[in-house]
Amino acid sequence: MIQKPKQETIALNGDEAVALAAKQCDVDVVAAYPITPQTIIVEKFSEYVANGEVQTEFVCTESEHSAMTACLAAAATGARTFTASASAGLALMHEMLFVTSGFRAPVVMAIANRALSAPLNIHGDQSDSMAERDSGWIQIYVENAQEAYDSIIQAFKIAEDTEVSLPVIVGLDGFTISHTLENVSVFGDDPIKQFVGERQLPMVFTHEGKTVPYKLDPENPMTMGPNASPNYYFEFKRQQEEGMRNALKKIQEVNSEYSKLSGRSYGDGLLDTYSLDDAEIAIVVVGSTAGTLKVIVDQLRQEGVKAGVLRIRTFRPFPVEQLRSALKNVKTVAVMDKAMSFGGFGGAVFNEVRNALYDAEAHPTIVNYIFGLGGRDAKPRELRKIYDDLLQVNKTGNVGEPVRYLGLME
Amino acid sequence: MSKERSWKELAIGGVCSKSSVGFLTGDWKTYMPVRDLEKCTKCLTCVMFCPEGAIKWKPEKGDIWFDFGFCKGCGICANECPTKAITMKLPQQEEGKVE
Amino acid sequence: MTTQEWKFTAKDIASKPDLFLSGHRACAGCGPASTLRLIMKATRGPTIVTQATGCMEIVGSIYPYTSWALPWLHTAFENAAANASGIDAALKIMRKKGKIKQEHIDIIALAGDGGTCDIGLQALSGAVERGHDFLFILYDNEGYMNTGIQRSSSTPTGAATTTTPAGKVIPGKLEKKKPITEIMLAHDMPYVATATAYYWKDMLTKVRKGLEVEGPAFLHVFAPCPRGWRTEPSKTMEYSKLSVETCVFPVWEAVNGKRQLSTPSKLIQLAPQKKRPVKDYLAGQGRFRHLFTPQNQHIMDEMQRLTDENWQRLTQKCEPA
Repeated sequence: MIQKPKQETIALNGDEAVALAAKQCDVDVVAAYPITPQTIIVEKFSEYVANGEVQTEFVCTESEHSAMTACLAAAATGARTFTASASAGLALMHEMLFVTSGFRAPVVMAIANRALSAPLNIHGDQSDSMAERDSGWIQIYVENAQEAYDSIIQAFKIAEDTEVSLPVIVGLDGFTISHTLENVSVFGDDPIKQFVGERQLPMVFTHEGKTVPYKLDPENPMTMGPNASPNYYFEFKRQQEEGMRNALKKIQEVNSEYSKLSGRSYGDGLLDTYSLDDAEIAIVVVGSTAGTLKVIVDQLRQEGVKAGVLRIRTFRPFPVEQLRSALKNVKTVAVMDKAMSFGGFGGAVFNEVRNALYDAEAHPTIVNYIFGLGGRDAKPRELRKIYDDLLQVNKTGNVGEPVRYLGLME
Repeated sequence: MSKERSWKELAIGGVCSKSSVGFLTGDWKTYMPVRDLEKCTKCLTCVMFCPEGAIKWKPEKGDIWFDFGFCKGCGICANECPTKAITMKLPQQEEGKVE
Repeated sequence: MTTQEWKFTAKDIASKPDLFLSGHRACAGCGPASTLRLIMKATRGPTIVTQATGCMEIVGSIYPYTSWALPWLHTAFENAAANASGIDAALKIMRKKGKIKQEHIDIIALAGDGGTCDIGLQALSGAVERGHDFLFILYDNEGYMNTGIQRSSSTPTGAATTTTPAGKVIPGKLEKKKPITEIMLAHDMPYVATATAYYWKDMLTKVRKGLEVEGPAFLHVFAPCPRGWRTEPSKTMEYSKLSVETCVFPVWEAVNGKRQLSTPSKLIQLAPQKKRPVKDYLAGQGRFRHLFTPQNQHIMDEMQRLTDENWQRLTQKCEPA
């Protein structure tokens, strides 16, 4: 039997856990720009660099747009790259997110989810990365600092798989996870370096008539980033979609592989279900709020209420089949959104869930709770009330307002 | 849909698969350069300035050669030739005299 | 900086295979195309080129065709210098880790005046400040030509563009041309130079010098655009020459801030009677046609004055021969 590598438990906040994970994955290039609440990631990483603890070229770019560009260019040269951002910084990268995905560059980026301006707000909500859901990046949202550490490591394996070849965002709630100290079990550097391995490059056919590794290399010149006319563009986009489809499988595989190493598994890697098998009411949520909900569900179960939580860990690619399966016995579902889609019918997560269940055999009643915008705390009392509301819906059959606001001053 | 253009066949990221030397731009031209061999001193000014690289120096021949497959007929070579050895003519004027 | 001068003849250059290949879709008589083709002759070994969106980027990379016979990267418009930063960082660290076999790979970042002076200025300034090892070449055709001849900060005073048309009330662009090389010099760069394709020997020497610098180097190349300037395609090199002879675009180089005029401009300094009036340069350019009217004479005079002033200032800043 292979000995599992040793882990030790240390106190880290989410940002520090992310920085440590990136360090252990033997990243080649980090190009980043500081923005609250991600600053600790770049600061911690700079310490590693200054102390010679990593073999990484750390580029302090003059903006996030240049940070993403530099990561993309480094990835195009064959390097393993990592960066981090949040809120306005992620928004500034917007153009380059699509380019990076179009290039199939396996950049891994931690996003310390934070509200977008205006007004300016440095606190946690998910509007920054939710706004980038069409960009072609895989999106994994974590519940706590431990999962942040584990997910950054997994992200490199997922991104660099040649059948996937897509960049990955690992989202951690700003301040709630990024700045909160937790006990995190971490490995030594070597087991992680081994787990992630060397970056494998996909093969491409070039204008020289050769099929060679996809990187800028004077030995095998190739032209990257051409302009493609209407005759060609569509097919490249379909290729990206295929990468997403392959990612559904790969994320589950990596979660399973990693659990053999660590003893930790996050559902099947796509969805983290809690007390859902015989649940009649359930809340679907993304991020750290799931932690609080799990405690509330335990209380409710003690009271005899059949309540459950479904945490969506992988938001892109959206796990349609898995979601349908997880919610097939639930009668009433509340989907929580920590971001708004102005003028739309509910938030992004609500839309994805409802859409996925439209064709499903089982049709639960689905309502939306917009909450936590600008870092507004969702208190256990308020979260518990959601379950009470769902019970009411079950009892009376009266849905009421499908889109609701939790904790809003009316 | 041709197999060559199927999304399953194209290289990811849009890596280009053909060299542009396979795309002849010579049919763009209206006028074409005609060289007076007597006046040409092989200074190679025209070779330097041609935006297309359509005038080539052939060291084994000790002479230059016009690749009309790429020449767009801009006339820079004629304008810059120090001995005025090149004149721009309509192709039909040069029927049978092409070098 | 190497002390060994790179000696070459026209035959040497002509015998080198093109790295910017025929079959690109630039307009007939394109100044930047001719310029880029020549610049690529000055490479000295393994080279990676990264380019900003613009005319030269588009014409050479129309999928599935490519005109680039070396590794080439384009990502977006404003980030040629940021691309170069990423490539430089990757090569550095991967070489340390034993993953790159070449001892040195030159990095050339190419951009037009839009991708350098305007939208690209931030990335350029950042990359230069961080000291990445690359040569940034600005091919200046004085406008956003690829999108239809709109004005850039590098468009000269008095020029008509599609966003500064010569109208009844406003006669073309009123602002001065942004002095990009002064801005780059203020960054304390090891090498800043100007060149133009007519004086190809001077230009190629400067490209090679820029490549040899360990750290960032900046080369501002003046490249006439017959389409945007409304000039005869055959006269592209003539205008390149005129720009130097009229001192509209003097050629010089600054090694660690010490400036020296290059031979073509030096000759004008030594023989001021050879300096041609700006009017000679403006004539035949459709974008300046509206200046040849009585009501716009003052603009032409202003352009002569600005040219003379800039030439005065430059010669004062340059070291004596």
